[in-house]
Order: sequence, then C-alpha cells, then structure tokens
Amino acid sequence: MSEREISIDRPRSLKRFFFQWEWLLVLIFVAVNIINSGLSPYYLNFGSLIGSTNSFLDMAFLVLPMTFVIILGNIDISVASTVALSAVIMAVGFNAGLPMPLAMLLCLVVSTLCGLFNGFLMVKFKELSAVIVTLSTMIIYRGIAYVILEDQAAGHFPPWFSFLAWGSIGPVPFILIVFAVCALAFGLLLHKTSFGRKVFAMGNNLTAARYSGIKTDSVIIAVSALTGLMAGFTALFLTSRMGSTRPNVALGYELSVIAMVVLGGVSTAGGAGRIGGPILAIFIIGYLNYGLGLVNIKANVLLIIIGSLLILSVLVLNLRFGGHRRPAPPIARMIAAGKAPDEKA
Amino acid sequence: MRKSFVKAVMVLVVMTIAATSLVAQSYAIVFKNTGNPYGEKQMAGFKAGIEEQKLTAILRAPDAPTAEAQIAIIQQLIAQKVAGICIVGNDFDALQPVLQQAMKANIKVWSLDSSVNPASRAFHVNQSSTDLIGRTEVQAAYDMIGGKGEIAILSATSQASNQNAWIEVMKQELKLPKYKDIKLDKVAYGDDLRDKSVSEAQGLLASFPNLKVIIAPTTVGIAAAGKVITDKGLIGKVFVTGLGLPSEMATYIENGACPYMFLWNPIDLGYLGAYAGVALVNGKITGKVGDKFTAGKLGAYTITKSGDGGTEVILGPPFKFDAKNIADWKSVY
Repeated sequence: MSEREISIDRPRSLKRFFFQWEWLLVLIFVAVNIINSGLSPYYLNFGSLIGSTNSFLDMAFLVLPMTFVIILGNIDISVASTVALSAVIMAVGFNAGLPMPLAMLLCLVVSTLCGLFNGFLMVKFKELSAVIVTLSTMIIYRGIAYVILEDQAAGHFPPWFSFLAWGSIGPVPFILIVFAVCALAFGLLLHKTSFGRKVFAMGNNLTAARYSGIKTDSVIIAVSALTGLMAGFTALFLTSRMGSTRPNVALGYELSVIAMVVLGGVSTAGGAGRIGGPILAIFIIGYLNYGLGLVNIKANVLLIIIGSLLILSVLVLNLRFGGHRRPAPPIARMIAAGKAPDEKA
Repeated sequence: MRKSFVKAVMVLVVMTIAATSLVAQSYAIVFKNTGNPYGEKQMAGFKAGIEEQKLTAILRAPDAPTAEAQIAIIQQLIAQKVAGICIVGNDFDALQPVLQQAMKANIKVWSLDSSVNPASRAFHVNQSSTDLIGRTEVQAAYDMIGGKGEIAILSATSQASNQNAWIEVMKQELKLPKYKDIKLDKVAYGDDLRDKSVSEAQGLLASFPNLKVIIAPTTVGIAAAGKVITDKGLIGKVFVTGLGLPSEMATYIENGACPYMFLWNPIDLGYLGAYAGVALVNGKITGKVGDKFTAGKLGAYTITKSGDGGTEVILGPPFKFDAKNIADWKSVY
C-alpha cells in the first residue's frame, strides 16, 4: 500500500520500549537498594523490607488518583484534609455507637463526598483554578475536623481493626495486597478504557476534547470523586496504623503525594504519564526513607536528600527525554491537530 | 578517575558495614521532633549516660511532632536490632502496636519525659512528680497576681501526655477554695511549634483582655508567650510562668515578662533515662515497684508506682529560676 496509513496504535519498537522514563526509575530503585544494603547490614532482610511497606503505603493510595488529576492538568491539594476529616468522622461515628464496619463505610462516603464537592466547585466555577478550589476546601475540611474533635484524639477501635495496617496474609502485608489490587484497577482504568483516553485527551487540550463530544464536566467530577474515595482508603489504613486519630493527621501528605507523581514522570502540564511511574516512585521514596532511617540519618537531612532527588530526576527527565512530554496518545493527537467535529472547516 | 571512585565507594561500604556490625549493643532515644532545644539537651544527656558505659547511643527525632513519624523510626530501629528504645512519646496510645512489636523482637522499651501507655513500656522515667509540677505552676500564677484575676494555659500538642497530666492537676488545684477568684479562660495548644505558639499566645491576649497570667508548661510555649508579652509592651500587666529553658528565657526573666519559672535539668533527665535503660537491658531491673539501680553521678534511684497504672522513676523536685539565679544557669542549658 502506498497511501498513508492512519492507525490508532502507537508504533512499537524495542528501542522505544526501553527508552522510557520508567526504566530510569527502575534503575534509581535498584540503585537505592544497592546503596541502602551497602549502608546498613540490616537492610536486606525480606521480612522487614516487606513489613516496612506499611509505613508508607497508606499514603500511596492517594498517588493513584492524583496521577489522573495531574494528567488532567489539574492539581488537588485538599487530599490530606479529606483524609483527616473522614478519619475523624469515622472515629466520632464509632464512639457514638455505630458498628465499626458501618463507621468504615461512613469514612469512605464522607471522603467521596469531599471529592465530589471539589469536582462540583471546579465545574461550576470554571474561572477558579483547581489550586484555588482545593486550597479552599483543604482549609475547610481540616477546619471541620478541628471543630468536631477540638484538638483531641479519638480511638478505642475494636482490636481487629488494627489488622488493616498491621496484619499480613502469609508474609505479605494486607495493605500491600489491597494496594496492588487498587493499582491494577487504576492502571486498567487509565490505559485500557475509554475513560482513561478521555482523561489524556482533556489533559492535552480541554477545549478540543469538549468540542469532540467528551463530557468533560462529568470526567472531572468522576476523577474528583475517585480521589475522595481513595483518600478514604488512606484514612482507614492510617487510622488503623495509629490506633487513634486526631484532626492533624496526614499533615503534609498532599505534597509528598504530588512529589511521587511528578517523580513518576507524569507531566505537570497535563496530558502525559503512565501509572507505572508513580507506583515505582512510591517505592523509591519509601525505601529511601526506610534505608536512610536504618543508618539513623537525621530527619531534616532526609528531607534534603529527597528534595534533591526530585529536582534531579525532573531535570534529567527534561534534558534526556527532550522535554517532559511524551507523544500523546493518538486519539488526543488527532483531536488536538484536527478540527473539532462540530466545526465546519 | 572512575576506578578510584569505585574503590572509594567500596572502602566506604566496607567501613560502614564494619562500623555497624561492631555496635552490637546500641541504645536509641526517639525524641518528639527536631529543632527543639529542650530535646537536644535531653538527647545529649542520654548520649553521655550511654557512652559513659562504653555503649553506643543512637539519637533520633522525626521532622514533625507526630506519632506517624515516630512509628516509622521505631520500625527502622527494630530492623537494626538495637538493644533498647527510649521513647519520648508524641501520643499516649498510638505507639502501642509498634512498641509491642519491638518488645516481641526482644528489644527493651521504656519511656522518658512524655510517657506512652503502660502496656507499651517497662517503666517511665519522669521529670518530677506530676502532682508537684501542676500545683507549683498554679501557685506561681496565684502569687504573681495576688490571688485574683484571669489566667490561661498555653500547652504543647493536645496529645502530649505529660502536659495533659499537669493540666489535669492544675484544674484540680484550681477547684480549691483558695483559688475562688482565679478564672481559667482557656487551654490553648501551640503544638510545640514556634510560630503556632506565638499566634496562640497572641490569640489569648486578644480574646481575653483581662488575662493576667499565661501558664505555659512547655519550653516552646513559654518562650513564645514571653516574646509576645515583650513585643506588645505588656510587661508588668501580663505575666508568663511555667516550664522553660534558662538559656531561652533569660531575656524574659531579666526584663520582667516572666518573674520566675521552673524546670528540671533535661541533661540529667536524659542521663537518668540512659542508666535506667541499661539496667533494664542488663536484667538488673525489670520495671516493677521497688526495683533499685544506680544512675552514675546522680546516685541511687527506686522505681515507684505511677498515676497511669504503670511504674516510674522520678528525677527530683522542679527547680525555680528567677532574676537572682538566671545569670548562673543561662549558659548551662
């Protein structure tokens, strides 16, 4: 065939496969592990390596939807406050006599409602940027949590509740299993469904996406609700790990989560990224923290190291990969390049 | 160039492995957070006490004063197989699962300064009797304003177990008929963060114009209140008292914002914590009432029953710092 062929499949080649940001992350991950095991003789211990995941995986549930949010070209800084509010309401509900399973359900409902409210504000008041909307709700949600509990702690959950964060099935922590299932679900949603393709298209060009018939408002609301739901998961696991909750839990989680997504190679300009990157980034930062903690590096030095890693990797990402953006998925490119369907040429 | 780099890395790796495997018996202290001068002194005292006995001390503190961060540090210490963990708790109950995990791994656990619940520790090393500290501070406020007026409390975090215990005693003391003309307006929480403590102190002065005394049972809070009173030109009208570090409070004691305050020696407290912990690890004591041990230069101590249902060892009565003696102490700690 001599005519030009138009295909919606991405061209595949071995070179393209290996020349990906994720491989660099794998290298960083391996390097972190080599350095850590060199630094401390206690590092390479399967039991504690896999067991230590419970100290950072509760936050990881937020990384999954945040990847969607950032691919959309938005940002959500209210997630940590959503965690605090839903955890506090769960604890108060339980202490008011609600059975624990219902209290846990309440936690997820509250967090999803928080997310829905964010989404609703974003589509109703388009002149407000996502930063401003979520900055406001960040303050509001945390504020409500403080009003409810007034600087106190609430807890005394049934003993089985601590299984969520501390229990394991065989040698594998329960939280790791739940996270793996969620990661798989989010990966399929982003890369194998039309919903995922819509997210990419909107991140590339919102106007074009809207004109090509994507119901952009409902996609934004759906992503916001998903973000809220996952904040509820974080609240459940964090509260289980702590045994009690306070209005100031998860303080600063939003920034760590965004850092992981960015380190994972998701474009802050929107429209590009893959779920695998941020997932690798979770384990890189988690094990870096754990390993350097094993040699008792001071907490503040640890922050500097992680900050440096972040800026270095983003720099490398820009230099080595010719600008942050990978080619967008074909459908988005077609939409962006072509005329919107309802526009006459 | 590349070869020498590889060599250097390898030497470094071998050295660190050698160094870490040599320290079979290491003792860790986990303080509340970094950047707290009181905590730095306490950790220094702990280190001195441990090293005097030819053992290794590990000093750790998270960057934020939360139980979450302390849990992660304790997990790392368990993996390092330390001999003992001395915990200055950010939360009374939340550390229980991880501390019990440590005990299961044959690591001895005891708390210092800010306690954790009795199920998560062998014993607690207390500064002074909770009762004495609470009463002394309320009596100081009473004396400063001649027994009449409004007072407020500026504490650390709402979960800090030692502060909460003192505040409880203060409230009990205030119920006595002697204090019928004293009104407690509010208990505010500065979270032991400088900026938050300053704004909470400002808030107290703004919401309660008749406020006469701020009691701050925390070194960060008392310094913040001293600064706010001085900056607002309220010296002589509003006083602050409580627990403070002499080096930080010298200015405010000398200018009259704080007529006098109390503290124990945090270096000695850390030192006592070190000796108590080593005695626990060596099996000299188990943490039951009546156990006796010697804490180096501080002398002999006995374990007693504590108010929370567990056991404790007490350093001694609180010490009063005023304009007469502050000059001698401000360079010490």
